[in-house]
Amino acid sequence: MTAVVTGLGVTAPNGLGIDDYWAATLRGESGIGRIARFDASPYPVTLAGEVPGFVAEEHLPNRLVPQTDRTTQLTLTATEWALNDAAVVPGDLPEFGMGVVTAATAGGFEFGHRELEKMWRHGNRHVSAYQSIAWFYAVDTGQISIRHGMRGPSGVLVGEQAGGLDAVAQARRQIRKGSDLIVSGGVDGAHCSWGLVAQWAGGRLTESADPDRAFLPFDADASGYVSGEGGAILVIEDAESARRRGMTGSYGEIAGCAATFDPPPGSAREPGLRRAIELALADAGTSATDVDVVFADAAGDPDLDRVEADAITAVFGPGGVPVTAPKTMTGRLYGGGGPLDLATALLSIRDGVLPPTVNVAVAPAYEIDLVRGTPRRATVDVALVLARGRGGFNSAVVLRAT
Amino acid sequence: MTDGAERRVVITGMGVMAPGGIGVKEFWSLLTEGRTATRRITFFDPSPFRSQVAAEIDFDPVALGLGQQEIRRMDRAIQLGVVAAREAMAGSGLDVADLDPTRTGVSLGSALGATIGLENEYRVVSDDGRLALVDHEYAVPHLFDYLVPSSFAAELAWLFGAEGPATLVSTGCTSGIDSVGYACDLIREGSADVMITGATDAPISPISMAAFDAIKATTPRNDDPAGASRPFDLGRKGFVLGEGAAIFVLEEREHARRRGAHIHAEVAGYASRCNAFHMTGLRPDGREMAEAIRVALDEARMDAGQVGYINAHGSGTKQNDRHETAAFKLSLGQHAYEVPVSSIKSMVGHSLGAIGSIEIAASVLAIEEGIVPPTANLHEPDPECDLDYTPLVAREQRTDVVLTVGSGFGGFQSAMVLAAHDRLSR
Repeated sequence: MTAVVTGLGVTAPNGLGIDDYWAATLRGESGIGRIARFDASPYPVTLAGEVPGFVAEEHLPNRLVPQTDRTTQLTLTATEWALNDAAVVPGDLPEFGMGVVTAATAGGFEFGHRELEKMWRHGNRHVSAYQSIAWFYAVDTGQISIRHGMRGPSGVLVGEQAGGLDAVAQARRQIRKGSDLIVSGGVDGAHCSWGLVAQWAGGRLTESADPDRAFLPFDADASGYVSGEGGAILVIEDAESARRRGMTGSYGEIAGCAATFDPPPGSAREPGLRRAIELALADAGTSATDVDVVFADAAGDPDLDRVEADAITAVFGPGGVPVTAPKTMTGRLYGGGGPLDLATALLSIRDGVLPPTVNVAVAPAYEIDLVRGTPRRATVDVALVLARGRGGFNSAVVLRAT
Repeated sequence: MTDGAERRVVITGMGVMAPGGIGVKEFWSLLTEGRTATRRITFFDPSPFRSQVAAEIDFDPVALGLGQQEIRRMDRAIQLGVVAAREAMAGSGLDVADLDPTRTGVSLGSALGATIGLENEYRVVSDDGRLALVDHEYAVPHLFDYLVPSSFAAELAWLFGAEGPATLVSTGCTSGIDSVGYACDLIREGSADVMITGATDAPISPISMAAFDAIKATTPRNDDPAGASRPFDLGRKGFVLGEGAAIFVLEEREHARRRGAHIHAEVAGYASRCNAFHMTGLRPDGREMAEAIRVALDEARMDAGQVGYINAHGSGTKQNDRHETAAFKLSLGQHAYEVPVSSIKSMVGHSLGAIGSIEIAASVLAIEEGIVPPTANLHEPDPECDLDYTPLVAREQRTDVVLTVGSGFGGFQSAMVLAAHDRLSR
């Protein structure tokens, strides 16, 4: 059974919709800038990858807007685009044939911030009737399923930045168990002052105020990451079932998936990323020499960059494979990050071009061939996407041209 | 992976932290005696709230073995989870030193993550809502781990030295079934031999109470806290919020047999469906839950007639009780009228994502101990709910197969089939 991607929807800081996003990415155009959605001047962190120009009312029914957090609004918009891209007519599929598996990290956090403020400033009776459904982690899966009549197996996974790849792996698992179509991926973010402070407290956000020198994975000046909002929704289908409903092609196959967890802090054992890569390649039935590009996790933290560069060189050899991190143009999107990298990798396969990493000069200590500054022409048959979540989560997905 | 052989999944360790039931033994006594652990809220002054009752755990983390740094770092929900996990590990007879770390994974469920931790920290950084732009100078370092509850799964992975796949499953009120179902899938497909799984939630906080008040989901029956949770009873007025955790050690059956482990039960089948209907509303015909039940039985290769006990979702809202009654009839046919059903939420309340796992623990105990736990407070059944809900008193009955179900916000409907591992040939 082959799970293929037949539709993509992207809401990213540097582009709404796959065309705008892909064009901006190939131009090396970053969506990272000074935080505009609230006054960030009191904070040590002033940069983020915010999705500009998104007006929920232009994309969603009016009644849904007050019931949902901005991330859910971005999710539902990306989902609609992805289903249109895949030319899905929900009525054409069996009643329980379509499901939804998304990744979350903070739920509807900005919505929750507003309600917490009402609760403690004005009292419990001021809390919205929508609080109980707008801020929990399952909101996006629930809302997608309702909006598009998807009644098959569904799920929600949380694994910080690794969760988005785990969700797609679970979507493939459901396809293998007999579902026709699973909407998967994730669109994420927590862009209010409470969300920013909670992220900053984790100690890994860069405090640089220069958008071009802030998020610099694998650079000697790496000082942490910039966080962003957005992500991608993928329509994943059983290839045979997609053919039956008249789809003649696809973006590519979800060929291999794996997840591992790092040894406990202080352990002398090797971190789990290399093993995740090897397991995903084995699962795809492919070897390291077949991989045409690696989309790196690109933590932007010297220790974590070291671990990733070591894992990549251990599997592919020094400079053995082109590596790229277009997330240098969006920031890290948590549950949305892995899915956006998958979407980007699938567009690479489609167009035969590797998108660049911006602003980074690779530190000599890392023996990786980073695609820098401008896109690189290349035939892409196999792409490897990596993601790591805070605490020790490692996930890898292998995509293959169909 | 064992060559070509079917990989089956068994439970070899269990730990429970429930209201009125710290540890498996105390939990089972509460259930079989039909006692209730619901009471007037003591965690904060509940008087401004519509619903003022909850099922709280009298939890002393120091007495239960948590260190000072663990207590500082962990939200209450994962504190409960860690204590339950240690009980599960001890009972499983597994020695962490003997586990293959790369073949051991974690799948933990939680609906709301670190609600209490987040609300407490919000109160500080916002000075009780006074500051629209919160003050970062007052943020604690582990605030990020409250923000993203996969930190809970990391805690369990560290505890067991697990280096296989790890995740947090968060499908609202079915999280505790879905996390165990996910763990089963990983073992069956060969991604792990041992999974630490289960669920935890500690949602009893002002913001959760206010949120459920706003949609009148929780009961206003404040004058009778012990009788406040009344699934299937005509006098029910909503659910009673609870807290708790149940953690299991799941193993591939041959892995368990090779080390001579005590096997509590087999996880024989699991399925989930969505109603695609409404974020909080249920379609009255129970169609999607019935479908989940049918698929779970099919996966277990069992007939409806083999189900010896149904551990119901039984949240004590009118719409739920009728919805699942319809679902049982739709999926089990005439057998629905013959099989005992009960809701332990009548005793331990509704701990959102955790309860599904706590109910799996109760289901396993029903098989092992030959006792069906009762539905407490069921004095006057809703005439629309016309099945055998095992009112008030536990029943001795040999049970080989239990069906446990869950239903939740977002439209999630999940079903799991647990079976005596040695009494059935399938």
